[in-house]
Amino acid sequence: MPIQHQASVISNTRTGAYQLLTLTAGEIPKEFKPGQFVTLAIDGLSSGLILRRAFSIYQAQDRGVYGGTIDLVVAAHGEGTKWITQLKRDDSVNIVGPLGKPFSIPKDAVSCVLIGGGYGAAPLFRLAEALRSRGCRVDFILGAQNSEKLFGILEARRLGHNVLITTQDGSSGHQGLVTDVLPDLIAKADSQVIYSCGPMPMLQAITKIAQAHQIYSFTAVEEAMACGIGVCMTCVLPVIGDDGVTRMVRSCVEGPTFKGERVRWDEVGTIPPDTYGAGNQ
Amino acid sequence: MVMKTKSGLIDMSCNFFDAKLPSPVFTASGCAASGKELSQFMDLTTIGGIVTKSVMLEARAGRATPRMSETPSGMLNGIGLQGPGIDAFLETDLTWLNEKKIATVVSIAGNTVEEFSKLAFKLKNRSDILAIEVNISCPNVENRNKVFACNPVTAQEAIKAVKKHISDIPLLAKLSPDVTDIVEIADASIKAGANGLSLINTLLGMVIDTKTFKPVLSGGTGGLSGPAIRPVAVRVIHQVRAAFEDIFILGSGGLRTGSDGLEFIAAGANALSLGTIIFNDPTSPVRIHNEMAEHLTALNKTSLAQVRNMAHD
Ligand SMILES: Cc1cc2nc3c(=O)[nH]c(=O)nc-3n(C[C@H](O)[C@H](O)[C@H](O)COP(=O)(O)O)c2cc1C
Ligand code: FES
Repeated sequence: MPIQHQASVISNTRTGAYQLLTLTAGEIPKEFKPGQFVTLAIDGLSSGLILRRAFSIYQAQDRGVYGGTIDLVVAAHGEGTKWITQLKRDDSVNIVGPLGKPFSIPKDAVSCVLIGGGYGAAPLFRLAEALRSRGCRVDFILGAQNSEKLFGILEARRLGHNVLITTQDGSSGHQGLVTDVLPDLIAKADSQVIYSCGPMPMLQAITKIAQAHQIYSFTAVEEAMACGIGVCMTCVLPVIGDDGVTRMVRSCVEGPTFKGERVRWDEVGTIPPDTYGAGNQ
Repeated sequence: MVMKTKSGLIDMSCNFFDAKLPSPVFTASGCAASGKELSQFMDLTTIGGIVTKSVMLEARAGRATPRMSETPSGMLNGIGLQGPGIDAFLETDLTWLNEKKIATVVSIAGNTVEEFSKLAFKLKNRSDILAIEVNISCPNVENRNKVFACNPVTAQEAIKAVKKHISDIPLLAKLSPDVTDIVEIADASIKAGANGLSLINTLLGMVIDTKTFKPVLSGGTGGLSGPAIRPVAVRVIHQVRAAFEDIFILGSGGLRTGSDGLEFIAAGANALSLGTIIFNDPTSPVRIHNEMAEHLTALNKTSLAQVRNMAHD
C-alpha cells in the first residue's frame, strides 16, 4: 500500500551529473520492492507547480537513526526537478510511495543482465541484491551520453560479475550504446533474463535483442505522469495483455515495469487501431 | 455531522438532495477514477463521496499521449475519456463502490443525444447511486464536435435525453465555463430537468512546445484545471447562484485549501468536488474538509451552512 509522508531531507549531495537525495520515509521502505518509485510534491500548498515528480527508489533502509529512509537519484530537467536538486538538509518535502509494480524476480537461480541508461540505473542495485539472494548471477551494463551521466559504477562492481560501461562520446568505456555490447555479454554469461531501465528507444532495442536470443526482457519505463497513483490516465502505453488484446494501460500502476515484448514500442504515443476501445473515438 | 476542532464544534454535514452526508467534499470526475486507488489513502465513506470518471456507452481507448502538460498553477489535459464503457463500469466499478458503501455520483458522457439517452436507460431505477452527473462539456459528434454545453439548445437536448429515463435520481448538469452567458446555459439545463449544476468543468486551452513549435497535447487543445482557474469557478458559481436562488450547485475548479472551499460555499456552492489537487495531494479531500472546519470554528461559526451564499447581498 502506498503511503503519503511528510519527509525531511537528510542529505543532498552531488554525484556526477546528478543529486543523491536521502529522505526520511516512515513506513515506505517496509513496503518497498525493487522497481517501485515515489513521487515528490514541489514545495508546499502555494506552489505554482502542482504536479508531483516521480523517481525510482534507489535505496530504501527500513530502520536507521532516522527510522525508514530512501535514496533517490535526481537529474535537474526543468523547474520542478531543479527545486528538488536544491533541497537542503532538514527541508520538508511531501512524498508518496512506494508506487507501481515491482520487477518480477525469477524463481530459479538464472543468469541476469541489468542495464541502466544514465540515472535509469538507480532501481537496478536493489534489484541486483534481490537477484543475488536468489542465487542469480548478475552482470551490469551501464550506459550514458558521457561519463558524468553514468550512475552507480562502484556499486555495480560490488554486486555484479561483469560490469560493462558504454558512453556515446567515448569518455568512459566502450564508445557507443549499451546494445553494442549486449549480445556478446549474453553469449558469454549465458544470460536468461534482461532487466533494463532508461530511455524508451534503449528499452525497445534491448527487448529486440532479448527476443532474438529467446530470453526474457523486463523493462521499467518512464512516462509523463500527472498523479502517479492510477487516477488520471495520463501515463498510458499500448501494452498487449495476457489475452492477446492491446490496451492503453497506466504505467504508474500496471507499470512502470513491463515484460518488454508486451509493450508496442513502435506505437508508443499513438493508439494502435486494434487497441481495445480504439474504434469508439 | 458535528465535528470537534481546536476552537470548537461545527456541523459540517451536507444536504445532498434527500441524503445527509458527513461532508460537502467530493472527488471530481476524472480525478479519482472509480475510487479504488484513492481508497488506499483514505476512507472514502468519511467524505461526501466520489464523482466517477465520465463513462461512455462503449469502451474507449482515449487520446494518444502526450495527454497532459503542466501549466502555471495548473495543468492541461486531453485524456479523451478513456474508459471501460457503461456495462463494464456498472458491473465492476459501481459494484465495488457499493460494497464499500461509498456515496457515488455517476458521471456520464455521450457523443450524441442518442447516446446520452441510452446511458440514462442503463441507470434507470438504480437505487445505489446518489446522483447522475451529465457531463455535457464534451464534443457533440453530430454538431461538428461542438461541446453540448456551449449552446443552450444542445445542452437542453442532452439533459432532456437523460431526464426522459430518470425520475428518482437527482441529475446534475456539468457545465463548461467557455460560454458567453453561463446563466443562459444553466437556465436551459434546469428547464430540461437538471436538479442541480456542477460548476465548472475545465477551460479549453493549448500549450505549444517551443522546440518543435507544435502543440504539446496530441489532440492540440485540452482542458485547463487547477488553482489557475479558481477565480473563474468562483465567478461562475456566484453568477449562477445570483440567478437561481434554490438550485443545487456542486462547485469545482482549482480547489486546493479549506479557505478555497469556503470561497465556493460563500459564492453559493452546496457541495465541492476536488480535481487536480488530488494529483498533488491524494489525501486532500480529508485535509480540505478539516481545514474548512478549523477555519470556520476560528471565526466562531457553528455550521458550514452559516456561510453559504454570504458573498451575495
Ligand atoms: C485529468 C483530468 C480528467 C478529467 N476528466 C473529467 C471527466 O471525465 N468528466 C468530467 O466531467 N470532468 C473531468 N475533468 C474535470 C474535473 O472534474 C474538474 O471539473 C476540473 O478539472 C476543474 O477542477 P480542478 O481544477 O479541481 O481540477 C477532468 C479533469 C482532469 C484534470
Ligand atoms: S499518472 Fe495518473 S494514472 Fe498514471
